[in-house]
Amino acid sequence: MAVCIAVIAKENYPLYIRSVPSQNELKFHYTVHTSLDVVEEKISAVGKAMADQRELYLGLLYPTEDYKVYGYVTNSKVKFVIVVDSSNTSLRDNEIRSMFRKLHNSFTDVMCNPFYNPGDPIQSKAFDGMVSGMMVQVS
Amino acid sequence: MEQGPGAATGGSFISLSENEQRCYSGLYTLCQADSSGKLASSKVGELFRASQLPAEILHQITEVCGAKRLGYFGTGQFYVALKLLAAAQSGLPVRLESITGDLPLPIFAGVKSEAEMRFPNHSSQASDGQTHPLSTNAGPVLRAGTMTATDRPAFRPPENSMEKQEPWSPPRSPCTSPPQSPSTYCRYGYSAQRNGTEPLVGYEGKYPARPAMLQENSSPSHYSHKPAPEQPAITRALSTERLTDGATDDYSDDPWRITEEQRDYYTNQFRTLQPDLGGLILGTVAKNFFTKSKLPIPELSHIWELSDADRDGALTFPEFCTAFHLIVARKNGYPLPEKLPPSLRPSLLACGEVTVDSPKIIQPLIVFEDSTPRAIQQEKGMVEIQQASPLPALTTSTPDVRDDARKSELSPKRAVVTVVTQEKPVQHILPVSAANLKPDPPNELDPNMKSRTRPRSYSSTSIDDAMKKVEEPPTPPPRPQKSHSRASSLDLNKLFQQGSQGVKSGWLPPPPALPPRPPATQIPHFLPAADKPSQKAVQQPNFADFSRFREEEEAGVHPASQSPLRRAAGPSTEDLGPPKPEPSVGIQGHAPQKPVRRKYRPDSQNLEATPPATAPYPPAPAATATVTVTTSKPAQRLAPKQKREIQMAIRKNKETNAVLTRLNSELQQQLKVVHQERVTLESQLELLRPLTST
Repeated sequence: MAVCIAVIAKENYPLYIRSVPSQNELKFHYTVHTSLDVVEEKISAVGKAMADQRELYLGLLYPTEDYKVYGYVTNSKVKFVIVVDSSNTSLRDNEIRSMFRKLHNSFTDVMCNPFYNPGDPIQSKAFDGMVSGMMVQVS
Repeated sequence: MEQGPGAATGGSFISLSENEQRCYSGLYTLCQADSSGKLASSKVGELFRASQLPAEILHQITEVCGAKRLGYFGTGQFYVALKLLAAAQSGLPVRLESITGDLPLPIFAGVKSEAEMRFPNHSSQASDGQTHPLSTNAGPVLRAGTMTATDRPAFRPPENSMEKQEPWSPPRSPCTSPPQSPSTYCRYGYSAQRNGTEPLVGYEGKYPARPAMLQENSSPSHYSHKPAPEQPAITRALSTERLTDGATDDYSDDPWRITEEQRDYYTNQFRTLQPDLGGLILGTVAKNFFTKSKLPIPELSHIWELSDADRDGALTFPEFCTAFHLIVARKNGYPLPEKLPPSLRPSLLACGEVTVDSPKIIQPLIVFEDSTPRAIQQEKGMVEIQQASPLPALTTSTPDVRDDARKSELSPKRAVVTVVTQEKPVQHILPVSAANLKPDPPNELDPNMKSRTRPRSYSSTSIDDAMKKVEEPPTPPPRPQKSHSRASSLDLNKLFQQGSQGVKSGWLPPPPALPPRPPATQIPHFLPAADKPSQKAVQQPNFADFSRFREEEEAGVHPASQSPLRRAAGPSTEDLGPPKPEPSVGIQGHAPQKPVRRKYRPDSQNLEATPPATAPYPPAPAATATVTVTTSKPAQRLAPKQKREIQMAIRKNKETNAVLTRLNSELQQQLKVVHQERVTLESQLELLRPLTST
């Protein structure tokens, strides 16, 4: 269960960012922004010849004392960032991967919609619904 | 009032009985005749609708009684119309002649009238589930409450066109029916106030009619091309829609259900975008089309999300119907649902079948002649997908490329139906599907249909090649011993066709040079001739095993299989050297049977020597001796000559074996060299890589 989920465009501006509302959203925005540096570093480290072999799932980008940040990059340089609570230790790597996979699928669905112009903020209800399913449920 | 009204109608006298007079006068007063004798069109419309006659009949009545001509209902017209109503309800055709006789009173559902005679009628009709417009204007059905308010803005006053429609309640105005009117979309932009008098009499079945009501008079933007010619069609469609409305009660409860006219309309619209009903409408095309509806983009985006069930960025016919229907509903003020309504979901697939069925029924006859076998294939594919649907095979499928699981199902069909499958739709489908990154097939139904294209796309190209490739390797095991199996004969036939008499000459030059040449030079020879080796391989088995099967064939040579035998014998005779008609014949008998040894290189045959030219034998390498085969038809004598030939063949085989072994070893050495080179290159690359990456 994520605390914050963000979709960053290739030009590093957010297409979609959503966090658990009870907390300070600005903090999450800042966290995601700083995580972009780590993402860039990871994808550039692979090398020129390995672009096609680069793993989409980047794994744990960096941990802080409060939460952990995971990253995922698509082949079109669209980045997904998931922030989870550090206290939530039950989340395994596989689960994070599956979350990213679902994100990717939903994002692809959004892309397939001809009425969606790439680069626009994502306003798809289906996408929202899927993300809500992955967020921490705040009662 | 008795005879006057009758006389008013074109001079024909209509006699009214006492009962009728009473009834009609009551109705006349009900319709709020104004001072000039004209009746309120709204009331008249309500009354007519209460008669529960199909819309078509009502139109006819309006025409016949003269109200259409006049543009209003005068007393005469009204009375004649009432009589016509009675006639129609009795089952008589709507003609002036039919009202001259005695008729029962027209029956109106839910008409509140003081006339006693209506009561029995009324009570009988009251139980009908039909709308009672006269009794409850607010009644009509379903979401009437919200609908009326929201629908009104959606309508436009039908001033201009169709004054003749005035007598009819606006909802019924046959000017346009939603399914048919392309201009309804234009009207959407204009949401002017429509006659509020007749809010939505009728059930949601009519709500599609409401957009229809929008006049297409001043629609500048052509939603679809010809509004004018479509008017008559629209009128017709509207009347049929009335028919449907009157006929179907169950539709009344579901605004999401697509009526017949709507489906027809959607079908026509689909055809304008994509002539093939089983094909796909690409996303951009659909976007342009739906954008004309002037709905806000987020709503269109949401509609797309709902309707594109297989999420491939393109719309199949059912998906298109869904999207169109949602747009129509939205235009009529229905809020967009969060999830796809059940009536729009799987039933759409059935809908697609139903609508497409009839056109397809006609088409298959045509399709075969035309170069559109794809429709048939799609239909057949659709059949297997729609397991639940009882409809016959003629349904269009949605060729999306999704499931690999269904490939096998379709491929036999494809092979059966035709090789000439549509390349174009497949090709354009492929790019569409390729654009998708969907790892998981979302739906069970759609992926099935989509998978169809995959086999289609793969196998559409050169089924012959596929057949060849398929047949050659696997045939060996199944081939029977006795007579040439189909596979074997096919091979032979192919071989036969491939080469022709001159083939041998073509083959010869490379082969003879091979043995002495170093391996390196041989490789380029082999590689380019990718398909040839297969052919040669096929020939070789014949050649190679000829000796083994010699005896067998002597036992069971069949004259019938002579031509294939002849061919088979071709390569085999090569071994023999001296052409022997009989042995070749015998050999032929078995050579085809002998599936196997494809591995033999053409070299072996080349080494063989020279061949007498067997004209008919195509496979060149083998062709050598086959020339003799031609003559060898019938003779199947087993003479001692054959034994000699067999021994010679054996010897030659051994030589061939030796040569091939040598060749093999040389090739192995080359392979090692290449391996080493590769290793060195890789190591160099690794050395260089760290330098560049940092």
